[in-house]
Amino acid sequence: MKQVKTLLAAAAIAVLGSSAYAADTIKIGEINHYKRLAAFAEPYKKGVELALSEINSSGGVLGKDLEFIFRDDQGKPGEAVKIAEELMTRDGAVMLTGTILSNVGLAISSFAAEKGYIYLAAEPLADALVWTSGNPYTFRLRASTWVQAAMLAEEAAKTDAIRYATIAPNYAYGTAAVEAFKVNLKQRKPEVEFVTEQWPALFKIDAGSEVQAIESAKPDAIYNVTFGPDLAKFVREGTTRGVFEGRKVYGLLTGEPEYLEPLKDEAPEGWFVTGYPWYGFTAGPEKKFVDAYIAEFPGETPKIGSLVGYMTAKSIATLITDAGSTETDALLAAFKDLKVDTPMGEITYRALDHQSTMGAYVGTTALEDGKGVMVDWSYKDPAAYMPSDDEVKAMRPAN
Amino acid sequence: MGLFVAQLLTGLANAAALFLVASGLSLIFGVTRIVNFAHGSLYMLGAYVGLTLMNHLPGHFGFWGSIVMAGLIVGLIGVVIEVCVLRPVYRAPELFQLVATFGVILVIQDLALMIWGAEDQLGPRAPGLRSVVRILGEPVPQYDLALIAITPFILFGLWWFIAKTRTGILVRAATQDREMVGALGVNQSWLFTGVFFLGSALAGLGGAIQLPKGGADLLMDLNIISAVFVVVVVGGMGSIPGAFIAAVLISVLNVFGVAYVPQSTLVLMYVVMAVVLMVKPYGLLGREEKAGEHGQVGEVERPIRPAGLVGRSLVVVLLAVLALVPFFASTFMQVLITDIVIFCLFAASLQFILSSGGLVSFGHAVFFGGGAYVSALLVTYSETPMEVAFLLAPLGAGLLALGIGWFCIRLSGVYFAMLTLAFSQLVWSLVFQWGSVTGGDDGLVNIWPSDWLSGTTAYYYFTLALGVGGILVLRHIIHSPFGYTLRATRDSARQAEATGIDVKKVQWLAFALAGAMAGLAGGLFVFSKGSIFPNELEIAKSFDALIVVFLGGVKTLSGGVVGAVFMESVKDWLTRLEYWRLILGLLIIAVVIIAPEGIVGSLRKFGERIGLVKEQESMQ
Repeated sequence: MKQVKTLLAAAAIAVLGSSAYAADTIKIGEINHYKRLAAFAEPYKKGVELALSEINSSGGVLGKDLEFIFRDDQGKPGEAVKIAEELMTRDGAVMLTGTILSNVGLAISSFAAEKGYIYLAAEPLADALVWTSGNPYTFRLRASTWVQAAMLAEEAAKTDAIRYATIAPNYAYGTAAVEAFKVNLKQRKPEVEFVTEQWPALFKIDAGSEVQAIESAKPDAIYNVTFGPDLAKFVREGTTRGVFEGRKVYGLLTGEPEYLEPLKDEAPEGWFVTGYPWYGFTAGPEKKFVDAYIAEFPGETPKIGSLVGYMTAKSIATLITDAGSTETDALLAAFKDLKVDTPMGEITYRALDHQSTMGAYVGTTALEDGKGVMVDWSYKDPAAYMPSDDEVKAMRPAN
Repeated sequence: MGLFVAQLLTGLANAAALFLVASGLSLIFGVTRIVNFAHGSLYMLGAYVGLTLMNHLPGHFGFWGSIVMAGLIVGLIGVVIEVCVLRPVYRAPELFQLVATFGVILVIQDLALMIWGAEDQLGPRAPGLRSVVRILGEPVPQYDLALIAITPFILFGLWWFIAKTRTGILVRAATQDREMVGALGVNQSWLFTGVFFLGSALAGLGGAIQLPKGGADLLMDLNIISAVFVVVVVGGMGSIPGAFIAAVLISVLNVFGVAYVPQSTLVLMYVVMAVVLMVKPYGLLGREEKAGEHGQVGEVERPIRPAGLVGRSLVVVLLAVLALVPFFASTFMQVLITDIVIFCLFAASLQFILSSGGLVSFGHAVFFGGGAYVSALLVTYSETPMEVAFLLAPLGAGLLALGIGWFCIRLSGVYFAMLTLAFSQLVWSLVFQWGSVTGGDDGLVNIWPSDWLSGTTAYYYFTLALGVGGILVLRHIIHSPFGYTLRATRDSARQAEATGIDVKKVQWLAFALAGAMAGLAGGLFVFSKGSIFPNELEIAKSFDALIVVFLGGVKTLSGGVVGAVFMESVKDWLTRLEYWRLILGLLIIAVVIIAPEGIVGSLRKFGERIGLVKEQESMQ
């Protein structure tokens, strides 16, 4: 009888494929746009890999190795949903994570809630994930757009600039970023006015004319949300035409290495930005992460994506260890006010809205050795910039 | 006044790169009739190659030399593409080559990532042209002025080449009647290769010359392609001066759009295109297309007949297997098949107007996404029950198709295709822009089916019934009198009209029917995914369907469905690999070369040759 059972089990394993049953690892389904947004997804993946090698070399989680199954969704939400189902039902993943694009994150989030899967949104910037479209199964790591814009607005309110121009890519993230900046700045300084709003199409900026339009509005200060190739073109045209001269510029995410590094010696100087000044760390967990990253990937330097990837894997490892199980209910319970040690210090996944308390670095851009860097930077905890708990509760659907 | 002049100059400078790329595409289309989707990839290669050269060659000579060399190198790459990929498929059905060029896009994307890495690269500034000139007090970059000065020379050079040289005369002759040129003893294949070299070189030049205004990144290939198509179509396909005028028009309009209606930048270009095509159907300087050039290249299509006993039994067996899937396969298998069936219905609806109606739509996704959005909007804003919202998806899409079709069916051939593209982009930008209603690119979420359908298996059967049902209905209509009438309008509009058929009305109805079926697929899609985003009505989605129809076999009835199954399955498997785009691209190119009549068409031929199927039975 026993032999028959063994035989049956062996047959089952042979039929069903060994990957799902034979290996004793804990699997996490990771969905990202590895090809569509290679410049952002590659550093992210490296960050995850670094964290995994650290976690697994010190015993893994619950006595097993932690494993990420990386899948490419071509940047399409529909595709991501299909892959999510496969990861959870066929590959034996215990939860989902990943994505950079907001729309893909929102699609997975809605799907996760419907099916009862846990989803940790790593990088998407849409605040709807935790607020207006929040649900019990979705959590988010990265600092919200609202918070980062509020940090810039706080600094902007300190100056005597009254007339503001904004430039942001014409899609949901851009409009949300401008809205957040306007609301926060008006709150702190009601007399400001927004004299022009520019909305170039994402990655199709017509930089020369945008710069001219801003110049002709004669603003005192400029708020920039463009990034990637749009930012490069905007900076170049703007510098050539002198639009930044004598004006304070506030750049959302502009200080992140992903965007600042490609600008090389043409990086703008004197902008107040949010970003990731990894080169400035001298001690502590921040520095330790940077050193470990450079040691693991010689010739590479960490990007903000690397940090987010690292913190994602660390969050998941802590979550499973705390839950003591990989069952969804146990994980959900453990996620409430989960505390995770990260290179940025301890962060908490707020039970209130499932948003982590990952903060952001703010500072001023400068040129050093022909490279754009952030100077006079500081780390800001997001708590002071969040909407009030009541406001958050009002935004989140009641379920 | 100063501002106005400065804006005008910015627009003119922006027109330079656009004109170069567009004139190359226009030239290639004019002579070879190939709609080269990969033209944006050549532009991207021009930028990367130029950048690499500039990093090694110093000074004025290095800078300008790099631009010229980038053009030449990309021209040679174009020759390689033409000889290896396109030459084997010139005799395939009209527009089939665009599938091959789609494969080329994928290959170049992965190769560029391998060679140059993922990080965006900033272009170097032009030596000696780094600062600005004050014109009426406004700063104008020197490089902009250089571009404005250079472009007319290139235009003149091209004009001289086309109008005055013997090769140019041959090129023009081939644009008008390539068979006659061949009959007069001109070596067509060398002429085609030469034109491809020139067109590609212009794209490369465009990519390199814009470096000081931007740089090189991996998304620039797809980012420029729609603007280039707009310029070529507005100018008139095959017309170089037309491309110049259109490039200037679009660029200048864009600049003023930025200044006065900044939110409109997405939509402006397509409004211009739609207006121009409605007033001047062949573009500003284009010529009317010669009748019979479309749809009848290659082998003449055979008469159709309903499937024979063998065919029907096979379909019944397949359906029985599909119906049993939930009993032996995983839930993921059901999800995968649900996805495939939805895509099959979408492809079948395109194939209906494309092969039976001879109307090539480049914007079919607007009905797929349109139907999905109708359902999603109803669920989101009026809490419509899922069943009602679902029913309204095909109805809404059908109405949309009636509206868009009313404008589009006035045109034919490639211009019809381009007008459908313009309208679909209009709707796309509306959905994308109107964030307060449609959610913009953050889309609409939580659109789930009613409880009785919420299980994976229940929805699987639902999709199977409606998806397969929809495909069978379309197939049945093809065999009905309406289907025969539709094919009559395709094969000879004049004769059809002479026999009393209202050609435009038949086409219009067929277009609306195809739209409604695409909307049905969209409705199935939105409730299976639970969310909808503007990318489902993007150009890329339209092309996905177009490619599987051609890949499956445009002159068959089941090509779209077979192509869709093939493509979805292959993609599902390949995307697990690191360099899936490279492999997929090469696979598509291989299929195109091995099976120039599509998978079904070529299998059928093979079957006939080895005697497996008899000729009259083989109209699958």
